[in-house]
Amino acid sequence: MIFAQLFWSFLVIGAFCFGGGYSMVAMIQAEVVGRRGWMTASEFTDLLAVSQMTPGPVGINTATYAGYSAVLGAGYPQWAAVCGSLLASLAVVAVPVALVLGVGGWLLTNKKRGGVAAVMRALRLAVVGLVAAAALGLMGSESFGVPGANRRFVSSVAIFAVVFLLSVWRKAGPLLLIAASGVAGLVVFSLP
Amino acid sequence: MVRKSDLFWSFFKVGTFTIGGGYAMIPLMQSELVERHGWLGEEEFLDDVALAQSMPGVFAVNMAAMTGYRLRRLGGAAAAIAGNVLMPIVFILLLATVFRAFGDNVYVQRVFMGLRPCVVALIAAPVFNMARSAKVAWSNAWIPAASAAAVWLLGVNPVLVVLAAAAGGWLWWRVAKGGRP
Repeated sequence: MIFAQLFWSFLVIGAFCFGGGYSMVAMIQAEVVGRRGWMTASEFTDLLAVSQMTPGPVGINTATYAGYSAVLGAGYPQWAAVCGSLLASLAVVAVPVALVLGVGGWLLTNKKRGGVAAVMRALRLAVVGLVAAAALGLMGSESFGVPGANRRFVSSVAIFAVVFLLSVWRKAGPLLLIAASGVAGLVVFSLP
Repeated sequence: MVRKSDLFWSFFKVGTFTIGGGYAMIPLMQSELVERHGWLGEEEFLDDVALAQSMPGVFAVNMAAMTGYRLRRLGGAAAAIAGNVLMPIVFILLLATVFRAFGDNVYVQRVFMGLRPCVVALIAAPVFNMARSAKVAWSNAWIPAASAAAVWLLGVNPVLVVLAAAAGGWLWWRVAKGGRP
């Protein structure tokens, strides 16, 4: 019973959440915390914090965690809870993936048509703006700390500048830059 | 022919090493798919980003589905999605069962203070390359500028921007080009 509820809840969340990421959060919270009571509000807040710190999309992370704790809370053993987490993750991507494959497949076979080509050209232009907006939207105190002559802000701006320059001019790979920035953060913020 | 196992590993890397999800995965996807393996052209990459963005659900998984499908049809989509979500799921399960206090660890927090500005820079850097492959010129630069301003300054949902751009492109084709190819 709990498995059917999990599957249905996350199927609906996945199907109706446009915009991904944090626009999904309100809907997941209403369903998982409010309506179903699978997680407490404080568990949910912790999960959001952890989602920002662990790899992976927040939608998948939340579905995995909620699936686990819902099945465990219904009195099943741990292995069943792991199955529940996989089921919830599968449900949350099922409808969108089917749509992507349907629309994408159609686009691939019709990309030479005049109308489709014109639409794709306009979309490419808009996407450049969307990615720029994503970067601009992250340039706040969440990422850089409070502006001023403090260690957090100065080192964050320095890391930003070095990573930006290296990836634009030297084509440095993102993995190396991510690893180096993590080490830099550990060293700089651990200094007395 | 792109091997499915290579697709799996590329998306495995993307899923494992990007923090913050969504747009934070774009730079690593671009470096893997376009630059390192050359599986996609810059234009095709932008097409996939637009499609993944305009569908409901999880952006990174939609992107894996579309790119995998483009390269190896259904099997490719399955391999790319599995690679993309494997480590995030394992990590959350470990967290749920073992390391509940992970986020409170002071060393973890320090590492993440270093990672956040890096992620912002990694998202900002490819904008210039993308602008070149989207053929941005003085005549059409208002389109990316207006999209960025709508989302960043006015808080417009990106899905609406994608839909508006699609409608605008289609209208331009009907009106200015008279519906010719």
